[in-house]
Amino acid sequence: MSAPAPSTFTPAAQAMAEKLGLKMGRANLDEFGATLMELAKADPNIVVVTSDSRGSGKLGSFGQALPKQLVEVGIAEQNLVGITAGLAAAGKKSFGVSPACFLTARSLEQIKNDVCYSDVPATLVGISAGVSYGALGSTHHSLHDLAALRAIPNITIVVPADNFEAREAVRAAAKSDHPFFIRFGKAPMCHLHKPDAKFAVGNALTLRDGDDVAFIGTGETAVHCLLAAAHLAERGLNCRVLSMHTVKPLDADAVLRCGRECRAVVTAEEHSVHGGLGEACASLLLQAGVNAPFRIVGIPDEDTVTGAQADIFRHYGISMDGLAATALALMKNA
Amino acid sequence: MATGALSDRDLALKSVRLRKRTLEIIYHAGAGHTGGSLSCLDILNLLYNRILNVSPETFGEPTRDRYVQSKGHSVEALYAVLADCGFFPNSKLETLCHYQSPFVGHPTRKIPGIEMNTGALGHGLSISVGMALAGKMDGAPYRVFTLMGDGELAEGSNWEAAMAAAHYDLDNLTAIIDHNTLQITGPTRDVCSNEPLDEKWRAFGWTVATVNGHDFAALTEALSKPAEPGKPTCIIANTVKGRGVSFIENTTQWHHRVPTESEFQQAMRELDVAEAKLKEAAE
Repeated sequence: MSAPAPSTFTPAAQAMAEKLGLKMGRANLDEFGATLMELAKADPNIVVVTSDSRGSGKLGSFGQALPKQLVEVGIAEQNLVGITAGLAAAGKKSFGVSPACFLTARSLEQIKNDVCYSDVPATLVGISAGVSYGALGSTHHSLHDLAALRAIPNITIVVPADNFEAREAVRAAAKSDHPFFIRFGKAPMCHLHKPDAKFAVGNALTLRDGDDVAFIGTGETAVHCLLAAAHLAERGLNCRVLSMHTVKPLDADAVLRCGRECRAVVTAEEHSVHGGLGEACASLLLQAGVNAPFRIVGIPDEDTVTGAQADIFRHYGISMDGLAATALALMKNA
Repeated sequence: MATGALSDRDLALKSVRLRKRTLEIIYHAGAGHTGGSLSCLDILNLLYNRILNVSPETFGEPTRDRYVQSKGHSVEALYAVLADCGFFPNSKLETLCHYQSPFVGHPTRKIPGIEMNTGALGHGLSISVGMALAGKMDGAPYRVFTLMGDGELAEGSNWEAAMAAAHYDLDNLTAIIDHNTLQITGPTRDVCSNEPLDEKWRAFGWTVATVNGHDFAALTEALSKPAEPGKPTCIIANTVKGRGVSFIENTTQWHHRVPTESEFQQAMRELDVAEAKLKEAAE
C-alpha cells in the first residue's frame, strides 16, 4: 500500500513520498502503547504511571490488561514524577506518562531532582509533544522540553522518527538503569527504516547518504528532511539525511562528519530554535572548529502560530519545500 | 537496628551527644541548618535506633524500611545519626560542605544510608508514595517514613501526594511533620498559616496523631502502633526549633545561622551540663 496522505504533507510532498515508496505506519504513541504492553506482560516489574492521561497515552488497553501495573494519580503531574521516581528507587521499572507540555514544565523540578539527580531507572514519556496539540495554543505546546532537559545531567533524551525508532527507544529505556525521556506525537508516521536497521541509543541513523547538504532531523521532522533531500536530488544535489533520534547524548561523530564532509548543514526539529537539536549541533561544530554553512529550522522565538501540526510545520518551513529552500539559500551564500 | 536495645534514657543521652556532634560539624563546616536539625534530631535518633528496620548491613536489602528526608536542609542531624549508627565513619563529616566532598548540604544517595536526593521542598512525600506503592505491589513487609517541615507544607505537591496515599490505601506509609512552627521568615502562622494541620490531614484521609516530638515514649507509641488498615499515618510532632541550646531555641534567625566560636563554646557547655545531668540520673 502506498502512503495515504497524512495531513503533514503537501500534495507535492505526498507525491514524493509515494515515489520513494514510503509506507505509512501508525502514530508513535500507538507504537509506544503496544510496545510497553508487550514488555510489561513479560516483566511484571514494569509499572506505568498516568495523570488522567491513559487515553491520550494510548494506554487504555494496558490499564485493562494489566491493571496492577498501572498507577493513576489524577491530574497531578508533580506527583506523577515523584511517584515514578519513588517506584524506580524501590526497584520498579517505572514509566511516567503525561502530555509533554505539562510533564516537562510543571514537573521540571521533580524531573531534575527526584529522577535525574537521584539517577533512578525511571522513564518519562512526553506524549503529544511539540505542536501535536497545535490548535490548542501555547499552553499545550512543548517547544522547551529538549532545551530544559538537555541542561540536566544523567538523562537520555530520545525523539523517535518512526515506529521502529519508537519501539526500540521504549525497549532501550526499559533496559536502562538510568533516566530516560522519550517524546511522541499523535500523527501517523511513515516507516523510514529498512527491516535490517540497527537501533542504538546515541547513534544517528542514516536515511540517505550524500555530501552536498546534510539534513539532521529528529522526531517528526525527519521524514520532511528525507523528502527535501529527494526533492533536491532532482536538481542534482546529493544530500545526506540523518535521523538524530537521540538528542542527548548527541552522536558527535555523525554531526562532525556532516560538517566536515558536506557543503552545508541544516537541522530540523519540532522545538524552539533555542536550546534544542540545532543549537546542540552548532555548539559541537563550532567548538570543533568546523565552520560549515549552517541553519537551524525549528519554531522561532515568538508567539507560536496555531493550527494543526501540519499547518504549523509549513508555516515555519518544516516541510519538503521549506527545508529544500533553506538548503538552497544556504548553498547559494556559502 | 535491634528493637528495644536502648532505653528512653539511653536515647536521651545519645540525643545530647548527637546534638553536640551536629553543632560541631556545622561549626566546622561554617554552614548548615542549625535550628531545624536540632528540632528533628530526637525523631531521627528514635527512628534509626528503635523504629526503622535498617542498618548498614541491611541497607541494600529490598525488604528494608525506607526513610526519605523531605526537609533535606536538616541533613546535619541525619549525618550525625547515620554516622553514629555506623553507616560511615564519623570522621568523614569533617569534610561537610568542603570542595568535592560527597557530604553536601542536602541528602544525596552518594552517602551510605540515604535513599534519595532531596532538598527542594515538597518532594519527599511523592517519592515515599512511590516507594510505598512498590512495597504493596511486591507484597513486601517494609514501611516507608518521610520527615517533612511544617513550613514545607505550603508546597502544593505535598497535597497531591497526600491525596494519592489515601487513594491507594497506603497503610505502610508514615509522614512525620517536624512541627517547630518557625520558618526562615518567621512563625509559619504569620508567613502562610497551615493550621489546623491535624484536620487537614484527616480530611485528606489520613490517620493523625499529635505528639511531643522530643518525648521518646510518645513518639515510640505513635510510630510503632499498627496502622489503621488502609490508611496512611501522619504524625504531627510538636518540636522546638533549636532544641537543646537555650539561645538557639525558638528563634527564627537560627534557621541557618552558624555559631561563632563563643556561641559554639557556650552551646557545648550547655550540652555538657545536660549530658552530665542525664548521666547522673542514670547512676
